Amino acid sequence: MSDVRDVIIIGSGPAGLTAAIYTARASLDPLVIEGEPSSTSDQPGGQLMLTTEVENFPGFPEGVMGPELMSSMREQALRFGADIRTEKVTKVDLSARPFSVWIGDPEAAEPTYQAKTVIVSTGAQSLMLNLPRENELIGHGLSTCATCDGFFFRDQEIVVVGGGDSAIEEATFLTKFASKVTIVHRRDELRASKIMQDRAFKNDKIEFLWDTTVEEYLFDEGPLGAKLRGLRVHNVKTGEDSELLAGGVFIAIGHRPNTDLFKGQLAMEDNGYLITGAAGTEMESATDVDGVFACGDVQDHTYRQAITAAGSGCMAAIDAERWLEAHDDIDQVRTETTW
Amino acid sequence: MAATTVTDATFDEVIGSADEAVIVDFWAEWCGPCKMIAPVLDEIAAEQAGKVKVVKLNVDENQDTARRFDVMSIPTLIVFKDGQPAKKMIGAKGKGALLEDLAEFL
Repeated sequence: MSDVRDVIIIGSGPAGLTAAIYTARASLDPLVIEGEPSSTSDQPGGQLMLTTEVENFPGFPEGVMGPELMSSMREQALRFGADIRTEKVTKVDLSARPFSVWIGDPEAAEPTYQAKTVIVSTGAQSLMLNLPRENELIGHGLSTCATCDGFFFRDQEIVVVGGGDSAIEEATFLTKFASKVTIVHRRDELRASKIMQDRAFKNDKIEFLWDTTVEEYLFDEGPLGAKLRGLRVHNVKTGEDSELLAGGVFIAIGHRPNTDLFKGQLAMEDNGYLITGAAGTEMESATDVDGVFACGDVQDHTYRQAITAAGSGCMAAIDAERWLEAHDDIDQVRTETTW
Repeated sequence: MAATTVTDATFDEVIGSADEAVIVDFWAEWCGPCKMIAPVLDEIAAEQAGKVKVVKLNVDENQDTARRFDVMSIPTLIVFKDGQPAKKMIGAKGKGALLEDLAEFL
């Protein structure tokens, strides 16, 4: 086991990397455990790795590709000396200081790393429908990533399940390839923002199936495994079931926070999001464990934007820095916050 | 040896003439997770040289081959043994998990 670090950052989306840039510039020599490659948003770079054009991140008047934005943030953190490791945390112990973090075997007696402060920025990932055979159908007609898989459904009819911004964004993107995109939504109106709704209503390749829930995946068994051919859907108003055939089905029904690691150790809301701004502290990013901070989507189910995540990452970095100073772990706060 | 490139035109020859197992990485420029696993596959190619060979196929430019093997999501890795597809793996994962999946060929 190596020395006790000043700060360990778990997660590497806009929140984690912004925290890395700030703590690195403050000479706190942050260790960033960025996660491991995966095809969910639980991967280095986070949810933006599964998007295409980001139009609303300030400073990019022509827009910027999500993966490119994340790779630039990573470069920027590296430039100031952040120690970024492509590893996945398997266990944490936040009950005693220094805090302990395990990579690999969670039963190992010795933790892999220890730190005086921990910044949690593990983000959120897509919810699934939890219907039978779901996992094995992913990649065989079922997808959670339009930007990754849309290409393979050229001139086919596609279904998107969901009614929020990400569902509409996926559906709009998929019309580049598909002959028709049907949005299946359980209610009779969208949760998506006005601008996204307008875009969808204007797109003549997009149709809506309102008040409809998904009951079952329909698939054919083949030599290469099951292959999706559609959905059995249920109209909640009429009570009728029907079959909806589709070459591809994309699920965009929302997200859940990646907080399994912290169950029983950090205070959470009922929906699993971390609670920050704990009572008795002026630190907005503070969790209920003194010295542990959280930023980004793991503690935010309201705004969930790249820019709000980055902003909260900055706050967590400054909070961690002040905490270290208050505990005489560093001699002074180096991030200039008064101008 | 790092991963090399195959195309629709060279696919059959490269796969058919290999003595070792061949891992074909179906990828594209616009796929974030594909970029994440590219360096991992290069490492595996270098470390397991002689046991497996890693080749990359760009699905944008080589749609025939992607269609032929029913690729519907990327990254997809298909391992070919004696010219025949032996295992299909979908989605990006870390090096440890990838090596576990590939154990039977190493």
